[in-house]
Amino acid sequence: MIPHDLAARPGTGPRREARGRRFAVLCGLATAVGVLALLVLLEDILLDGLGVLDTQFLTGFASRSPERAGIRAALAGSAWILGLTVAIAFPVALGAAIYLEEYAPRGRLTQLVQANIANLAGVPSIVYGIVGLTVFVRWAGLGRSLLSGALTLTILILPVLVISAQEAIRSVPRELREAAYGLGATRWQVVRHQVLPRAFPGVLTGAILALSRAAGETAPLILVGAVGFIAFTPRGPMDEFTVLPLQIYDWISRPQSEFHALAAGGIIVLLALLLAMNAAAIILRNRYRDRR
Amino acid sequence: MDFRRRRHLGEALIHGFLLLSTALSALAALGIVVLLAVESFGFFSRVSLLEFITDTRWSPLFQDQHFGILPLASASLMVATGAALVALPTGLLTAIFLSEYASRGTRRVLKPVLEILAGIPTVVYGYFALTFVTPLIRWFLPGTGVFNAASAAIVVGIMIIPTVASLSEDALRAVPDGLREAAYGLGATRMEVSTRVVVPAALSGVAAAFILALSRAIGETMVVTIAAGSIARLTLNPLEAVQTMTAYIVAVSRGDTPQGSLEYQTLFAVGLTLFLVTLALNLVSQKILRESRQEDA
Repeated sequence: MIPHDLAARPGTGPRREARGRRFAVLCGLATAVGVLALLVLLEDILLDGLGVLDTQFLTGFASRSPERAGIRAALAGSAWILGLTVAIAFPVALGAAIYLEEYAPRGRLTQLVQANIANLAGVPSIVYGIVGLTVFVRWAGLGRSLLSGALTLTILILPVLVISAQEAIRSVPRELREAAYGLGATRWQVVRHQVLPRAFPGVLTGAILALSRAAGETAPLILVGAVGFIAFTPRGPMDEFTVLPLQIYDWISRPQSEFHALAAGGIIVLLALLLAMNAAAIILRNRYRDRR
Repeated sequence: MDFRRRRHLGEALIHGFLLLSTALSALAALGIVVLLAVESFGFFSRVSLLEFITDTRWSPLFQDQHFGILPLASASLMVATGAALVALPTGLLTAIFLSEYASRGTRRVLKPVLEILAGIPTVVYGYFALTFVTPLIRWFLPGTGVFNAASAAIVVGIMIIPTVASLSEDALRAVPDGLREAAYGLGATRMEVSTRVVVPAALSGVAAAFILALSRAIGETMVVTIAAGSIARLTLNPLEAVQTMTAYIVAVSRGDTPQGSLEYQTLFAVGLTLFLVTLALNLVSQKILRESRQEDA
């Protein structure tokens, strides 16, 4: 493993050390690129968008005139769609994770299923948009509704949800299961009373992170949702909708700079939302760790 | 007895639900493949595969219809290549810094920064490309169009730095310390240990990270839709507007092409191409990782 020429380079000590220092600086600079990019991006958005943030912006509907436009419909749409997505995706993902970890026989088929789920996680999100448009909007006749959007996001985050739930379930010590089985518990009793209570914080953390990914997703919903002019808040799952990222995209794609400022304002709200979700996940994770 | 039978029934119901959930999750993958293949069939029964692959023009929405995927595919490839030029060196050097140089405290600050960068929605990166990076490029090179591939490539590159950095770092940190110690013992400097012992030992993990990042760059949609433009043309000039496969899918789905028409069916042909390319890259990446793990064991 060790290159044989390392030891056989006498007399180049100082130069080698100088090269080493230059390399260390290079690595540090490369790391700084990522940090700097984040700072510049945030500064760019805050400078452009802070000016439009007021109650009018938060409570107004989309409008042709920039000074009256707001994100009310988008916020309501995002809340609806995230709620629906959780309600559909969470039980299915948890069920699949429990089955794969606690029930499934170890064999070829299980391996195949597992590989399938892993592959799904790498599919570009726009492909899910095509699937959602065809299956839910067209075939199932659900139209460009909240439900279509939520189902599309469900199949998008399902692989990530299943994998994170599986990891949480796997981290529960084996002895607990064995002790419970030894006392005559059935499989479901073991899962219900031993595994789930201990795995739950981990499952929940993974769910919040997956949901925050869904909250920022734009591309698949362009195909399924209604970009642009939605001037009402949805009343039920069959209503048309827009979400925050879609509204932002709509404003970006207009040439006037007033709309770009609105887009930046929307981005600030979206980032604040994601930050809150991630903070919740981190707090949950830390509290769980302390208790153990 | 009765109680026990009810318990059995309950267990069976739960078992059924869990199995159904698993089937749903796994079948989604199969469903996507079948759906894209079946719907593309309509397209390929009217446009030959040969034309799709070799025609150098893509103009389904014009009078003079051409269905050559090359302009779209080459645009995707150009953006992904540009992104790789930004992200691969930066990401790998970041990984080396985090794994070999940074103290535990520094790492504790830097890792969350990378996680934040990874968690920012792509539409936000699109905004950043259009309103910050593009004006910057146009300031240096005034002839550049408002929509151009370079801006999108740079920003997609920034976007995938966290993927490259964190997956590569995992690979570097998995290299046993014994190798490092042996090299230090022979008088190697930290740079020599990093570049000639640790990185070569972790090469398959790093390669897997690179390929996965490339796949993400090809599948990226919002940044290219917003910043790279919507003109399908075969060009190698990154300062021109281009249309990637993903941007085309967005464009055609936003337009009002009637369902079932040949124009509409292009959606599936392009979607299938995109799906197959990214799936192939992901499978290669997984295979590299699996084989390197088997070697270690």
